[in-house]
Amino acid sequence: MLPEPSLPFAAAFAPALLDPARSTPSVVTGPNGKAAGRRYDVYRNNVTVSLIDALAAVYPAVQRITGPEFFRAMARFHVRSHPPTSPLLFEYGRDFPAFIEAYEHAQDMPWLADVARIERAWLDAYHAADAAPLSPARLSAVTPDHLADLVFVPHPAARCLRSQYAAVTIFAANRDGAPLPRIDASTPEDALITRPAFDVTVHRLPPGGAVFADGLISGLSLGEAAASALDAAAGFDIAANIAGLIEAGTFISLACGDPS
Amino acid sequence: MSTVIQPTRPAAMPLRFAMPIGGVAGTSFKPEHLADILEAGPRRGFFEVHAENYMGDGGPPHRALEAIRRDHPLSLHGVCMSIGGPRPLDKAHLARFRSLVARYQPALVSEHLAWSTHETSFFNDLLPLPYTEATLACVCDHIDQVQEAIRRPLLLENPSTYVAFRDSAMRETEFIRAVTERTGCGLLLDVNNVFVSATNHGYSALDYLADFPLSRVQEIHLAGHAEQADDEGDLLLIDSHDGPVADAVWKLYEIVIQRRGAVPTLIEWDSKIPDWPVLQAEAAAAQAILDRDQAAVFAGERHAA
Amino acid sequence: MSAKHAVTSLVLAGAVSTALATLAAAGPLTKAEGEAAMAAKKEKCFGVALKGQNDCAAGPGTTCQGTSTVDFQGNAWKFVQGGTCTSIELPNGKKGSLKPV
Repeated sequence: MLPEPSLPFAAAFAPALLDPARSTPSVVTGPNGKAAGRRYDVYRNNVTVSLIDALAAVYPAVQRITGPEFFRAMARFHVRSHPPTSPLLFEYGRDFPAFIEAYEHAQDMPWLADVARIERAWLDAYHAADAAPLSPARLSAVTPDHLADLVFVPHPAARCLRSQYAAVTIFAANRDGAPLPRIDASTPEDALITRPAFDVTVHRLPPGGAVFADGLISGLSLGEAAASALDAAAGFDIAANIAGLIEAGTFISLACGDPS
Repeated sequence: MSTVIQPTRPAAMPLRFAMPIGGVAGTSFKPEHLADILEAGPRRGFFEVHAENYMGDGGPPHRALEAIRRDHPLSLHGVCMSIGGPRPLDKAHLARFRSLVARYQPALVSEHLAWSTHETSFFNDLLPLPYTEATLACVCDHIDQVQEAIRRPLLLENPSTYVAFRDSAMRETEFIRAVTERTGCGLLLDVNNVFVSATNHGYSALDYLADFPLSRVQEIHLAGHAEQADDEGDLLLIDSHDGPVADAVWKLYEIVIQRRGAVPTLIEWDSKIPDWPVLQAEAAAAQAILDRDQAAVFAGERHAA
Repeated sequence: MSAKHAVTSLVLAGAVSTALATLAAAGPLTKAEGEAAMAAKKEKCFGVALKGQNDCAAGPGTTCQGTSTVDFQGNAWKFVQGGTCTSIELPNGKKGSLKPV
């Protein structure tokens, strides 16, 4: 076992990488007495640009909505204040939607943070573990007196998001590259994100659907989830939502609820 | 609770390719080329991927990599292990790296003489280190840990750098030679990195190669670079992997192959990625150099190295 | 259990059986027929907003290269046209906009 090395070079080299106001670290130099300024800037640039590019790759719809220059300026602020903590770049940017929500210059786009949340969930679903979706046959084998306590085991990719704005429509219109129609942002929309096989799919949920889906995904029994969905939306269609969730690949299996 | 169906754990891919894979040219695997690659069917060569991009639990990335691996040898190239950093290795990251090696049985496994994480921040760049006895001990310890985890030798890649550390006490080639002798690791010689660093630091690329332990080299990287200027207005090369390999780098590559003999050679093209035929043509150019050398060896000419 | 609604086993049994019938009904149809039959209903109540797009939106990858694009300096927020935000409206007719500081 080697002694813990106490090597100060990284501590000297790192702090100015994301802070252009700091001077070039004195530990580095160019060859034969040449200056290190523009040379060190190559590293600052590599770090900053590659992390902005990473955010652009996680949030392509946000970038299309704002245009690249607005996006890159916003992302640059975020990269400096919230550099990644994981070496897995597809994990980066979890706090970007909250950053957008508070970002001074994005206040005229109050729906933008929710679009970003859908994009983040899309990428999580993309990388989630593979699992075969629940077969309807499994559900048909459950006897009626067990249905109220039935618990659905969610697919690792399944996520549900709620928005006060038309976040799903805005997201979808900005991910497929086609010209944008006029969109009324004021209609609240809820999203279900699944990946039954290898294609991530985003659904727009009907009224009450998100309460129902969220409840089942987080482990409520079928009886409890249906009741809270009916509370949220009087005309809630239990049958259509069960069928929709199963067809979307939201679950992988069933478990009987706690008998208490 | 009834039994929950667990997603099936994929078994390790069967080992279909002899290791070492010999003097073949490969390319970086880019998902946008997957359809073209599969349509063309199995071909001579190999594919290299960045390990970290396949460290998710499942989904399309693994499906693509399985499809590629089914018909081709694979090179697993780690980018973020921070072997050159002073901090202890990230144990969780090491475990992920190990399980990828076990799952995909790559013909080649490599990492960088660089660091990318400090404290809690991951910088997503290959950062330089001073070459001293202290950093040497630290790098060797890290490589020992990696090799113990993956149960095979690692290939360590020489970096491209833009600055030097004032307290460096040995040449990069000396440092790398000591690492390979102490740890038994192999080397990945990035010829473009040699050219970039030699230009940036004002030394001769040929001198560097003459001093480099070529007999330990088991893979070569070739890539394009970009040109900028330093504070004095002199040429500063950026290891940008965004274009064809420069003529000067091809020349150095031929010299390396003449001395070392044919080894697997990768065309890295990671930015402004071209259509698949363009990348393939670049690999074919490397393959021609490898084949010419192998024909010469077959004809009885021996290598000096 | 909800204060307002208690969903009886009978209601659930009916809903599950309807759901299973719906799922089974899609089965025998060809993919195109099934999609056509379901399209109007689904768009209303359980609409697929986006499927696929894997190739063009696969998220970020690691880099082991440098970049020749210089973009690390500056604190300026830039006002630039070109985004789609102006097509997105709020009820009072206000559009998403990028105002210069």
